Amino acid sequence: MATLIEPAVIDQMTPIPFKVRSVREELSHTFTLELEPPNGDFTFEPGQFTMVYAFGIGEVPISISSSATREATLLQTIRRTGAVTHALGTLKSGDYVGIRGPYGRPWPMKEAKGRDLLIIGGGIGLAPLRPAIYHAMENRDDYERVVVLYGTRTPDDILFETELRRWGDRTDITTLITVDAADRGWYGAVGVVTRLIGRVGFDPSNATALVCGPEIMMTVTAERLMEGYSMKPQSIYVTMERNMKCGIGVCGHCQFGSKFICTDGAVFSFDEVGHLFDIKGV
Amino acid sequence: MMDIDTLMTTLGGQKFFEGLEPEQMVVLASTAEEVEYGTGVEIFDEGGHADAAYLILEGGVALELDVSHRAHHIVQTLHEGEVLGWGWLFPPHRWSFGARTLEPTRVVRFDAVQLRAAWEADCGLGYEMMKRFAEVMTSRLKATRLQLVDFYGNTH
Repeated sequence: MATLIEPAVIDQMTPIPFKVRSVREELSHTFTLELEPPNGDFTFEPGQFTMVYAFGIGEVPISISSSATREATLLQTIRRTGAVTHALGTLKSGDYVGIRGPYGRPWPMKEAKGRDLLIIGGGIGLAPLRPAIYHAMENRDDYERVVVLYGTRTPDDILFETELRRWGDRTDITTLITVDAADRGWYGAVGVVTRLIGRVGFDPSNATALVCGPEIMMTVTAERLMEGYSMKPQSIYVTMERNMKCGIGVCGHCQFGSKFICTDGAVFSFDEVGHLFDIKGV
Repeated sequence: MMDIDTLMTTLGGQKFFEGLEPEQMVVLASTAEEVEYGTGVEIFDEGGHADAAYLILEGGVALELDVSHRAHHIVQTLHEGEVLGWGWLFPPHRWSFGARTLEPTRVVRFDAVQLRAAWEADCGLGYEMMKRFAEVMTSRLKATRLQLVDFYGNTH
């Protein structure tokens, strides 16, 4: 019988059950699922995402936050924002979720070889950047200076804090944290994340920036790098999120200008999408 | 106390003073001294008399606002290479915020009365320095506005 849908598409739309090994509460509204692939094998590249299905509730796109090479399990860090993510947050060890993917264009780790790597995260935007940070640390000789800058709301909102502090102790990468608001007792930086850029040494003419966070944070960060340091938009990468449904460029829900976030992105260079940030409603 | 040549070398290495003429640097250095603070030291108090300008050479300083019946709120932190304070520029010469060190901190302290007098006497120098301070003010204002936006209130 003839069908309108290609079998390959049906395959890609079928979630595979992954067992929940653990659920870790990261922050008050953020948790990480540790998932076991059914055959113990799941390959992806830093920056890719999966569609995570809470059975009977719905499916959401979630960035992968684990190392692409180090662990046999898959980590997905999720903020409780709606029905699906709240349902995912109630899962316990031994439960199952459906996974499709990995999908999307990864961070340009190969293209950034031999260059300074400037990794700038805001809020939960650190989660999609973590695989890139792991990659840079695991392949340290591939890059010149590696800088991690992280901004968030308050000291209580620092994601992966223990790990950030550990990275801060390393001499082969520079890690700085800032918060937007704090009371006395916080001995770190206070101010927007872009203010950290001036405190680190890097070569703007030979640097690649990976930026992830709320759109306004990515916009002001990219503008600061371009206006303040003459970085080219082609050297600045951001990762976008929209209302993704199919994840494979079929449904069109995640259309962003002439791009589909799920297949053309979710990682884009700023010259590809920067102009779209200024258009209301895109 | 440091001699003027050492101070000029110190100031000359700072981006804020880049491009100034040697004779202008002499004038500025003659109003300055280098000061070191330990951690948690109040450099100046909110509402206090603003009698100096500072440039941070090393360390970090928190600008704090004393909110009634609450803990001190840190508005912003300043670090190496940044100027601290402009309350001394305009009457009534009061600090809008308090400044407290976050770690051992080394600064250059400029005497406000001497600095204002030097700028009045040499309007070229005064204008140049006002432009530099205005740029810092604009940049800090922009940063503060972005802080108020609350970027991370609705992150994905």
